[in-house]
Amino acid sequence: MTDLISMDYIVLIIAGWLAIGVCGVLALWRPAFATYVLYPAGAALGMLLSAIGLFSVFGVAQTGILPLGLPDLQFHIRLDSLSSYFLFVLGIVSTGVSLYSVGYFRKKEETPLGLMCLLYHVCIASMAMILIADDAYVFMVAWETMSLTATFLVTANHSDPEVRYAGFLYFLISHIGALALLLGFGLLQADTGNYTFANMREQHLDLLWGSITFFLAFFGFGAKAGILPLHIWLPEAHPAAPSPISALMSAFVLKTGVYGFIRITFDLLHAQIWWWGVVVLTVGLTTALFGVVLSATQTDMKRLLAYSSIENIGLMFTGIGLTIIFHAYDMNGMAALSLTATLYHVVSHAAFKSLLFLGTGAVLHATGERNLGKLGGLMRFMPWTAWAVLIGMLAAAGLPPLGGFVSEWLLLQSFLLTPGLPNSVLNMLIPIVAGVIVLVGAMAAYVMVKFFGVIFLGQPREQKLNHAHDVNIWERLGFGWLVVVCLMLGFFPVQMTLVIDRITTYLVEEGIGTAVAKNGPLLLAPVAADRASYMPLMFVTILLVCCLSAYVLVRRMYHGRIRRSIPWACGYPFQTSKMQDTAEGLGQPIRHIFGNFFHITRELPSAFDKKPRYRITVEDPFWSLLYRPIAVITEYISRAVGVLQHGRISIYLIYSFATLMLLLLVVTQ
Amino acid sequence: MSNLSDYFWQISEVMIAVAAAPLLTGWINKCRSWLQNKSAPSVFQPHRMLHKLFHKDSVVAENASPLFRMDPYIVFGCMTLACGIIPTLSTNLPLSPAADAIALVGLFALARVFISLAAVDIGTGFGTMGGRREMFIGFLAEPALLMVLFSSSLISKSTLLTSIVGNLVTQDLAVYPSLAFASVAFLMVLLAENARVPIDNPATHLELTMIHEALLLEYSGRSLALMEWAASIKLLAYFCMGFALFFPWGISSVNTPLALLLSLLILTVKLAIAGALLAVIEIASAKFRIFRVPEFLATAFLIAVIGMLVHFLLGA
Repeated sequence: MTDLISMDYIVLIIAGWLAIGVCGVLALWRPAFATYVLYPAGAALGMLLSAIGLFSVFGVAQTGILPLGLPDLQFHIRLDSLSSYFLFVLGIVSTGVSLYSVGYFRKKEETPLGLMCLLYHVCIASMAMILIADDAYVFMVAWETMSLTATFLVTANHSDPEVRYAGFLYFLISHIGALALLLGFGLLQADTGNYTFANMREQHLDLLWGSITFFLAFFGFGAKAGILPLHIWLPEAHPAAPSPISALMSAFVLKTGVYGFIRITFDLLHAQIWWWGVVVLTVGLTTALFGVVLSATQTDMKRLLAYSSIENIGLMFTGIGLTIIFHAYDMNGMAALSLTATLYHVVSHAAFKSLLFLGTGAVLHATGERNLGKLGGLMRFMPWTAWAVLIGMLAAAGLPPLGGFVSEWLLLQSFLLTPGLPNSVLNMLIPIVAGVIVLVGAMAAYVMVKFFGVIFLGQPREQKLNHAHDVNIWERLGFGWLVVVCLMLGFFPVQMTLVIDRITTYLVEEGIGTAVAKNGPLLLAPVAADRASYMPLMFVTILLVCCLSAYVLVRRMYHGRIRRSIPWACGYPFQTSKMQDTAEGLGQPIRHIFGNFFHITRELPSAFDKKPRYRITVEDPFWSLLYRPIAVITEYISRAVGVLQHGRISIYLIYSFATLMLLLLVVTQ
Repeated sequence: MSNLSDYFWQISEVMIAVAAAPLLTGWINKCRSWLQNKSAPSVFQPHRMLHKLFHKDSVVAENASPLFRMDPYIVFGCMTLACGIIPTLSTNLPLSPAADAIALVGLFALARVFISLAAVDIGTGFGTMGGRREMFIGFLAEPALLMVLFSSSLISKSTLLTSIVGNLVTQDLAVYPSLAFASVAFLMVLLAENARVPIDNPATHLELTMIHEALLLEYSGRSLALMEWAASIKLLAYFCMGFALFFPWGISSVNTPLALLLSLLILTVKLAIAGALLAVIEIASAKFRIFRVPEFLATAFLIAVIGMLVHFLLGA
């Protein structure tokens, strides 16, 4: 019953978001209206979208044609379980971010609030459009709309040259990616001239063209998602953007890349070759390791989170790579398991990363500082933010009983099943890959302790932090929504895997739903109950019972006396806040072992310096290894071509004349 | 399948483990003293310490956050739960499906994160240094530990500790070369995770070398007691995990008082031997510089990986 109408609802929600955006521009001179009416309305639509998305996962695929587009080139749309699932994620993210934005966008950004409202709502509407697109035309239109609006959102504070630069970099890389996508779609339609996805599903590409298409898609969607070496825009764009926008970008704009890649690989391309999977797995794993190592050395809180997003995207691509390998060997049950892990990670990353970015927004508004070296001790002044971020941080660290752990657990389970593969080399190598994944997960915990510890714990490193104010009610609502989502994802993995089961059944012909459903609503056992099981609700209940009984017993049996005093610190009385570990200090062990990952320049004081200074800069090595050479070569070529330019019209006329003569000669030959 | 009496036995097993954990620490200290030709303290010395600490006032720094005060209970709770997941006396554990070996590693990581956050919370130089080092060693040890668990679970085709034990116990006594490698790697991880000698020295307060002590520097009174107690429980849990993975023989598979008593006796003997061995290792080695630790744990990781490769090559 819901199947028949959910598509219309989704189109209506998209239209609603667009209408809200237009209202924002019309009410350009009434920012309060945009803030207090339009954003909550957008949040309500987002909540509706998440509910509809969740329900329509279980429905049958529906198609439709929108009365838009060009005469012979209509907008085909389609809603299947995969797009419903991502719409559900988009709904969750946009609800949290919109609610938070009500409280956040009160002070003026440089872009007027009404315009921000338009850009924001057009951006989320275009992302929803990407998810329901059923032909390359509407897909690319929505894709470009998303890139454009996201660029303008990033450059909201455009008087700062760094912000403009970040926006330009994002725009550039997403367009290089879009170019690859256009070529990829061109190959997928295999000379039929029909760009609908339905037609692309019919075509069977041979190995060569199939591989080329696959790698074009990998490149194009990878540029959006931020895989190595195309990740370079992420650490620039995230700190530049206002925090709700960073949250939206990290939580969902990156995921559109994951969505597109899954769509093309498993839905539109038929055959999967095992070594495609190996390539994706390797690149994904490298991205994950690189991302987490670099995030551990960052000193800017949003840049740290940006690298952490790169890490998580890497993990998702690792999961996809593993799925391709399993699927290529017709081991669909295991493919379903690793794809489930990937999709689980999509939603849990969306929830915790938007929560963390919104948390940095609150810190930024309260203190005006992004630099970790100038924060500290904010838990006392901003308890709401601190507790919300604590939940997000535990999820990001991949700790039980939260959502981040479930996806890591599922991924590791699928790695443990690899010994069934017919390829003995892969059999031996892949469990080692699992070791790297554990390393990444454990380092993510390190990064998160650094992130939370430096910002919220310890002593305030600056005087002004003592006046930091906590978030207002709307921001709390946004936090609350995302915290609840994080907890639910951690506590109810069985229900969530049953949802994802529909997608894996559609994409890899099998799901883990039947195995999971056998063991009741609490026990998550993806293969069999005696093989591996995890019961988060029971886990957390026993944990709480243990903690509380310890508390009650200690309180009952002993006195509850407590005395406040200055910190002991081994008896050293002259402690100042500058003596705590800084963000650099917390990055030091990582720099020490993973020195090869960075481009480090260090300036050490000599023994005779009157005013000793210690300065260290850690740079992404891809700048010096890849991007600067490309820039230099481009510059060189343009200078070489520049010889032709003189700025005098007579010379240009001679050029045209010469070209004309040359062409005439060629034609007459 | 599991009835009320199983729950009763499980809870009593956990309580026995929690109550007896400081004895293991006391025994190791006693062995160390014997080996160093010192007059040894009683094995009940850690219990006396805890008793004393619980009676003292708790002194808390002025700028401590609520997280700091909650932390000892969380860490203690985590370790207690770990004792409920790891088979100590019997394999018939109704709580064991709640978490498999991977979730157990996650549970230890959860405790570690909270300890480190508490250490960072006061904002003193030593505390933050301790927190940093603890997380640093943690993320190096975790992959090695997981590789060990993978080797065992590849043999038993399960990541549940109870199934692994059940599988090893019921089979004929066979030598698994992969498990031999894995056990060496596990021992190295155990030393690192429990702050034992080549990595950290539990007997010293030398500021620049300490890890575990630096984490607890700002705790006093009952909070310190809980933290120290949790560390003892963690050591016991690691020992029992090692027995479960490599020497499970003697563990009971049914919950009858007689079988459990026998199992308790055998476990005591195993713990006594293992504790003495640990003391020997600690006496025979010197503490590493902190940046030798990555090499140590990378070796552990490699040995575990070799164990797994051996499993693939020999099928055993």
